[in-house]
Amino acid sequence: MAEFSLPANSRVNKDGRVFKAAANARNSRVFKIYRFDPDDTANPRLDSYEIDMDDCGPMVLDALIKIKNEIDPTLTFRRSCREGICGSCAMNIDGRNGLACVSACADVKGAVKIYPLPHMPVIKDLVPDLTHFYAQYASVKPWLQTRTPAPLAGERLQSKDDQAKVDGPSTCILCACCSTSCPSYWWNSERYLGPAALLAAYRWIVDSRDDATGERLDYLEDPFRLYRCHTIMNCTEACPKDLNPAKAIGQIKQMLAERQH
Amino acid sequence: MKLRGPQAASTRHWWVQRISAVCLIPLSIWFLASLLVLPRLSYNIVKLWMAGSFNAFLAVLWVAVLTYHSYLGTTEVVEDYVARAATKQLSLFLLRIAHALVGGAGIFSILRINFGL
Repeated sequence: MAEFSLPANSRVNKDGRVFKAAANARNSRVFKIYRFDPDDTANPRLDSYEIDMDDCGPMVLDALIKIKNEIDPTLTFRRSCREGICGSCAMNIDGRNGLACVSACADVKGAVKIYPLPHMPVIKDLVPDLTHFYAQYASVKPWLQTRTPAPLAGERLQSKDDQAKVDGPSTCILCACCSTSCPSYWWNSERYLGPAALLAAYRWIVDSRDDATGERLDYLEDPFRLYRCHTIMNCTEACPKDLNPAKAIGQIKQMLAERQH
Repeated sequence: MKLRGPQAASTRHWWVQRISAVCLIPLSIWFLASLLVLPRLSYNIVKLWMAGSFNAFLAVLWVAVLTYHSYLGTTEVVEDYVARAATKQLSLFLLRIAHALVGGAGIFSILRINFGL
């Protein structure tokens, strides 16, 4: 059966260490953060950090950086651009997947609970192992495949309308918020490609310059790779770039149905 | 390129699931509405209603589409949640048998009433 509960050694100990705010803090806020150390045999735990928001930037990432710099340097998380374009700081904030750098602390009520992306192997603290996720992305061959010779003069051109079709899906930053919010991906990620990889596949299927449309559709036409999607649209809800992987998957299914006859 | 086997079957599975769902809307409304306008829901009155050819025809269609739709849906659930290959095969086999039995029994009963077997 699908695993509905965590294995015994993955259960989270809710009473982790507590770090109180400085005595003169006026606007303190509690951050409860999932901690897991691979070098330790102990179960993961939830540590509480109280910080003064008057002395901290507005975003969840600002708080994490403040904690790491000033309170607990062992806290581990990925971050890079701090403006929602690299996708590194994807995590589960207050029960929703999102990018810490573009999620405001003020949007969360009560303690800010931060976990790694759901149902992924954890390397350390908030850092999930995305190896398999990237391999699935690579498996849809996310590059231009051509059979026709390149035009002698210049580039392969396309109309503005054709470009508009790929404008949206090509802004995906592969943060994995969508795939890791999908129950089908939780239960069957070893066979189901997940919304991120399927959106990438769609981006090349609808590209007017690509000649491998048929092969791409053949690869997806599978009870697991594509059809584990049951259109619950968690992916679209989770996407921090406001993309719509669920719609792209629906359109792939439509293309497959249309080419049957 | 036309595909054969499980690949093409996956698209057919998805497509037929949707078609059968759409067909079930008018058929189910017809079935429930017809029963509700009967004076009483006693065995004899329903039997008399079912003995009409038109009613029997639609009822057979309804039972067939409903069981097939249920079969497709429950298979999907097993494929989603049952991970072990042997358990999955067994569950899919049992689902097939169960749906064939239920659908067959339903259709047989309607025909029996209709033809007075």
